[in-house]
Amino acid sequence: MGTIASIPREILIEGGTFYDPTTRQTSQASVAVKNGRLAGLDDIKPEKAKVIDAQGCIITHGFIDIHAHFREPGREDKESLATGSMAALAGGFTRVCVMPNTDPPIDAPEGARFILERSEGLPVIIYPIGAVTKGQRGEELAELLEMQAAGVVAFSDDGQPIQNGQVLRRALFYTRDLGIPIINHAEDVALRAEGVMNEGALSTRLGLPANPALAEAAMVYRDLLLAEDTQGRLHVPHISTALAVDLVRNFKGRGVPVTAETTPHHLGLTEELVRDFSTNAKVAPPLRGQEDLQAVVAGLIDGTIDCIATDHAPHTVEEKEQDMIRAPFGMIGLESAFGLAHTTLLGAGLTTEKVIDLFTTGPARVLGLDLNHLIPGQPAELVVLDPAEEWTFTRDDIHSRSRNTPMLGMKFKGRVKATLGLNMWFNTL
Amino acid sequence: MSEPAISIKHLLGLEGVSRQDIQTLLDTGFSFREVLDRPIKKVPTLTGINVVNLFFESSTRTRISFELAEKRLSADVTNFAASASSLNKGEGLKDTIQNIHAMRMDAVVMRHPAPGSTRQLSQFVDAVVINAGDGTHEHPTQGLLDMMSLQERFGHLKGLKIGIIGDIAHSRVALSNIFGLITMGAEIKVCGPGHLIPPYISDLGVSINCDVDEVLEWADAVNVLRIQRERMGEGIIPSVREYRNRFGITNERLSKHRKEIVILHPGPINRGVEIDSDVADGDQAVILDQVLNGVAVRMSVLFHLLGSRLSEGEA
Repeated sequence: MGTIASIPREILIEGGTFYDPTTRQTSQASVAVKNGRLAGLDDIKPEKAKVIDAQGCIITHGFIDIHAHFREPGREDKESLATGSMAALAGGFTRVCVMPNTDPPIDAPEGARFILERSEGLPVIIYPIGAVTKGQRGEELAELLEMQAAGVVAFSDDGQPIQNGQVLRRALFYTRDLGIPIINHAEDVALRAEGVMNEGALSTRLGLPANPALAEAAMVYRDLLLAEDTQGRLHVPHISTALAVDLVRNFKGRGVPVTAETTPHHLGLTEELVRDFSTNAKVAPPLRGQEDLQAVVAGLIDGTIDCIATDHAPHTVEEKEQDMIRAPFGMIGLESAFGLAHTTLLGAGLTTEKVIDLFTTGPARVLGLDLNHLIPGQPAELVVLDPAEEWTFTRDDIHSRSRNTPMLGMKFKGRVKATLGLNMWFNTL
Repeated sequence: MSEPAISIKHLLGLEGVSRQDIQTLLDTGFSFREVLDRPIKKVPTLTGINVVNLFFESSTRTRISFELAEKRLSADVTNFAASASSLNKGEGLKDTIQNIHAMRMDAVVMRHPAPGSTRQLSQFVDAVVINAGDGTHEHPTQGLLDMMSLQERFGHLKGLKIGIIGDIAHSRVALSNIFGLITMGAEIKVCGPGHLIPPYISDLGVSINCDVDEVLEWADAVNVLRIQRERMGEGIIPSVREYRNRFGITNERLSKHRKEIVILHPGPINRGVEIDSDVADGDQAVILDQVLNGVAVRMSVLFHLLGSRLSEGEA
């Protein structure tokens, strides 16, 4: 639970630990915020300020999600830039990159400008991602340079893997010097076929069409070869298999300019959630088995995987109430992201600070974004986390317009207590 | 007839159904076989019970078999044949669920192209749900009638060696046979073209052998699966000729083995493809017994799942 409201002019956050991921420095200090910027304690009047008791909490930089679907334009019944921003804020995110597989797709500078205009006044910073190819059809290059000038931070035909290797090769050459990556949805569509879950003993028992790990690995391998050949900037999204983690590790070791992300659900949830034919657990790439999860976590620990991104993918109740074949792929993930990732990674021996890095400096590095140093005068782009709170994820925690998640009722350790965005904040304290 | 004594509330599949439940369903099936041999083949067991047969996929024999079973138990039967196209128009499970609620049905017999659809249905309706085939997942009453036919022939299931031959990857019959027969203590080898055998099938406790002659040499009985003509159209099976030569059950092939091998087939038969006419019509085949046992075992399933509903009504 928690409310999203206008941000008070003056806020005093007392009793917490302050962690700046840009310097990796931790300190015990109260934090003052005035007019949306960090301030000195002398700059605010404690009797006028909203005082927050952050005992036991960590105050840090707001999270960045480099992979979300806000469905605007075209499917605002699922999500809009405005409703998605609320979900982001509730999840601790202050910046979100939105994928271009909208209707119509964002494949020209006009589309990028539309996203930016529609995002003005929202409480989180929205960065558009532009399509690699016209209409995301995987054939003709879109106006990549014009889109970059209009403000896109990456290119992707996400949802539609670029099957034609020649097209991706051209795109990597063409964008090589821009400093922003091409994100190719890594699944070979012929090998993925009609698969609706991970291929394994469970899919065999359930009689469901299955998507093998090698569908991801085959595409990742091809894309890595193209990145090595072109020296273009490739980013591998939502890595879910041990095979793909090994490939990326290998090519990074060879100095290939590649980065990678995984999602909270691919590091924390297994295919067992599909056992009852739960359409809310149907996602692409599919939830995998325990061994793949362990490999993904190992990839995060050793730096093979650079960051965590949500792949927040809202769908209507009506669509998800269909059967396993017809229901669309995807789950929402912004509100549960930190809880699930923190719970899982703490269990694997990571610190809370390292998890914060994976939501802040990690994604910033992938896209070449600047974070704020957390010093007076800088924007107060902050999240307050209680790393010890154990809580149950419920519908009340969802601020998205959709609620397609298999995580309702799950118990997490570590919770977002407050997020300070632009003019608005999410607060439970 | 004794009081119903099975632990399941729905029949969604044979995975996880206990040995005792399966044996009870088979035993009662044999009792109903006697009813079917009487001059008047009807008992008043389910009088006042409403059953809807909900078929989202075309079916002749399974639907007729269920309907006969229901009518012989004196249930009130409603048939609802929805085309696959109505699914594509968006008439999904939700509407089905709500309609069943509204119609106050006691039991739903559903066939649907999506695996798991009957389980999804069972989570939202009060009615008893019986799976009449959910895509490539399960066809539990087929599994039961196959086991009944084997038990009839051999007197037992434990220790039987059963070959399942054909397109294992797309077969709900294969999965229900595997789950049921393994629970009952039989041994199973699956056999077919390598790419039509799921890579993880051995996790289900079966072994794999793609040489049909070796499987015949080993088996007490073989269940010959129907080969969908569409698979050939898709180029997945190169030709009828090649399939028949490598996997078809012919008299010539059977005559190489000294023992009699019992032949099952779930129907409808592609004569001359997966099985030759003279084999299908021969003494080794129990294909018509399977049809009769299908009615009997479906009566048994309805009786056991709905019996408790009747006694609740009386209370």
